[in-house]
Amino acid sequence: MSVQPETPEQKPTSIIPHENIERAQVDAVNKAGERSLYAARKKIHPKRANGTFRTIKWWVMIVTLGIYYLSPWIRWDRGPEIPNQAILVDITNSRFYFFFIEIWPQEVYYITGLLILSAIGLFLVTSSLGRIWCGYTCPQTVWVDLFLVVERFIEGDRSARIRLDQAKWSLSKLTKRITKHIIWLIISILTGGAWVFYMNDAPTLAAQLIEFEAPLTTYFWIFILTSTTYLLGGFAREQVCTYMCPWPRIQGVMMDEDTLSVMYRYDRGEPRAPHKKGDGWEGRGDCIQCRQCVVVCPAGIDIRDGMQLECIQCSLCIDACDSVMEKIGRPKGLIAYDSLANFERRAEGRPEKIHIIRPRTMLYTIFMIIIGGSIIYGLMHRDDLEVNVLRDRNPLFVKLSSGDIRNGYTVKILNKTHDIRKFSLDVTGFEHHFDMRTEGIEEKDANGLPIIEVGRDQLRSVKIYLSIPHNELKSTSIDIEIIAKDIERHNISRNITSFRGPKQ
Amino acid sequence: MSTEPEYDKITDTYTTGHEWDGIKELNTPLPRWWLWTFIACTIWAIGYWIVMPSWPLVSDYTKGVLGHSQRDVVSAEVNAAIQSRKIYSEKLLTADLETIKNDRDLLEFSMASGKAVFGDNCAGCHGSGASGSKGYPNLNDDDWLWGGSLEEIHHTITVGVRSTHDDTRISDMPAFLTDEILTKNQIKDVATYVISLSNNSVAAPEGAAQIYQENCAVCHGEGAQGHKEFGAPNLTDDIWLFGGDPETLNATISYSRKGVMPKWAGRLDPATIKGLAVYIHTLGGGE
Repeated sequence: MSVQPETPEQKPTSIIPHENIERAQVDAVNKAGERSLYAARKKIHPKRANGTFRTIKWWVMIVTLGIYYLSPWIRWDRGPEIPNQAILVDITNSRFYFFFIEIWPQEVYYITGLLILSAIGLFLVTSSLGRIWCGYTCPQTVWVDLFLVVERFIEGDRSARIRLDQAKWSLSKLTKRITKHIIWLIISILTGGAWVFYMNDAPTLAAQLIEFEAPLTTYFWIFILTSTTYLLGGFAREQVCTYMCPWPRIQGVMMDEDTLSVMYRYDRGEPRAPHKKGDGWEGRGDCIQCRQCVVVCPAGIDIRDGMQLECIQCSLCIDACDSVMEKIGRPKGLIAYDSLANFERRAEGRPEKIHIIRPRTMLYTIFMIIIGGSIIYGLMHRDDLEVNVLRDRNPLFVKLSSGDIRNGYTVKILNKTHDIRKFSLDVTGFEHHFDMRTEGIEEKDANGLPIIEVGRDQLRSVKIYLSIPHNELKSTSIDIEIIAKDIERHNISRNITSFRGPKQ
Repeated sequence: MSTEPEYDKITDTYTTGHEWDGIKELNTPLPRWWLWTFIACTIWAIGYWIVMPSWPLVSDYTKGVLGHSQRDVVSAEVNAAIQSRKIYSEKLLTADLETIKNDRDLLEFSMASGKAVFGDNCAGCHGSGASGSKGYPNLNDDDWLWGGSLEEIHHTITVGVRSTHDDTRISDMPAFLTDEILTKNQIKDVATYVISLSNNSVAAPEGAAQIYQENCAVCHGEGAQGHKEFGAPNLTDDIWLFGGDPETLNATISYSRKGVMPKWAGRLDPATIKGLAVYIHTLGGGE
């Protein structure tokens, strides 16, 4: 495809209006009519914006990066022999630690619940405030922002960077480029490095990493995450959001006419035209065609083209436009958080309204409360003792030489506390005498019941055999209970099982 | 069909110029890096064919210049697993059986490894639950032909029964009919007598006790409790290796039984046999 048809574009402007407002000759990267079958990426040089939303974004960046880099270093004492890292995914010992919470592999439903909760939370936020996640907290956005800070610091703001791009190679250009990439790489290594600390004891691993004694897989993971950070933050940038990420496609279904999104108020801005200082504002819109909204955009698009796939709703165009409006003495908010419904309301002369509480958001909230409540309930009632009794099925029962009938059971005791605990095992449900034999358990209490010691944070599996005289077995199956009792804390686990024998 | 690209007002996009029966395609281009990624992956695939095993041939496959083989990876992993178990298997080798039974770690290791070894080697005759079948003893109960202590179980596994081992377990019950020691009627009487020992509802025929004492008590004992040194089973309990009904017992006495079990020394290494003995001992009947 080489045919480039004529574009129905407005002609560029040459009037110089307000002297203190920078004007840009710039097109949106996704401008219609300039597309071929394979579109080359147009390099975007986002200008720094200043204002409320930029400030919010700085703080979000500090907090999220702070959490990411620092949380593996928080210590949390859990007693001897147990890791003291507050947040730790201990893959070797299959445990997940989160401050006072400790999760065993069979309790992975807590994590499932947390993921569902996060997903619905994202739905709720998206349906009420649009792409807040994308614009403020998504790691891609945060790291691209961080990489841009570095780029701006080394190479200057937008126009300086464009000049540098176009300049011939010189020592100064080379120095700037090398410095920038070195800093980017350092950030990337720190990012990849921080990731592995979540899976290992951070101080130990840090020492190992420095002495090149850490496991090879650790270096491999650091390498992977370093490369992705460097590539996605330094080069791919908005391409990730536009072409790779599935979330922008999915979230369309959560948004409706009441969803607040970053929007250009065309009803106020149009017809747009350059404006000369001193001219009146009658018969024209507030948009003065300065294109400051385009130059600050990290996705390089024009918000005035309406809602579009590429827009991550970072709100920087709001800041850019607001500062222009301030300078030309027009009210702020030509670009603002607004809903499609408000455009209709204004057209019909009705008052604007923010309509957050609606069936959709209520439903998401209810789901969140139910799921969050269940997780909290589950965690609060999480038993630190779990006993599983597995009855032998092969063979169902054994006839002994005395004529007695014997059944075998495997009793698994999970001690989820960080203390060594002792449990006595007892059985109820037999009418008369029964005989209990345990394998490998020597200790007995005063009543002759076996005492089983289970290490801190461990599972112990014990084989027990119960036998009763043949004539006491009145049916082929007797319901019995195997009771494990903590001899110090006195909490009890009763486990219903059965005792089987031959047909009478 | 290819025509000139047209501007589409509704979508604010141009068409590609491709047209099929009046259906036109809007131009929503792929990013060029995507194309490059695709090309890079294709080149990578070609490289992969060269260095890794890939193409099937008639009776073989291309090995690849790196000589990678998943079979080698598996054997390396199996060897690593054997190495990692060494701390236990070496301890098993030196420790005596009683120590193993009392050491929690060794006991649990033996129970786990013994179970796997049993499934691979013993379950064929004794059954996966070790409950045996006709001619193959149930290892869960407390009725042992050759003794149910750890040492005896260990020895039986090591040497086998009527095996090629020099010290093999061997019992030699005469075939009372074919060897012309007893008559058919005498055999029938003594069989009924043996049943009466464990079944109160059966009466012992007259003179049968006499026949028993003269012919059987040498090995099975005067009280018919059996004799583990000879592998002579206890006849007073209701556990039968070949069956306790009159016909089966008649056949057993008339023609004798000569069960066999292979020796496992030489097939399994000593540590494995020790672990297996401990496992069988924990099945519930161990003495």
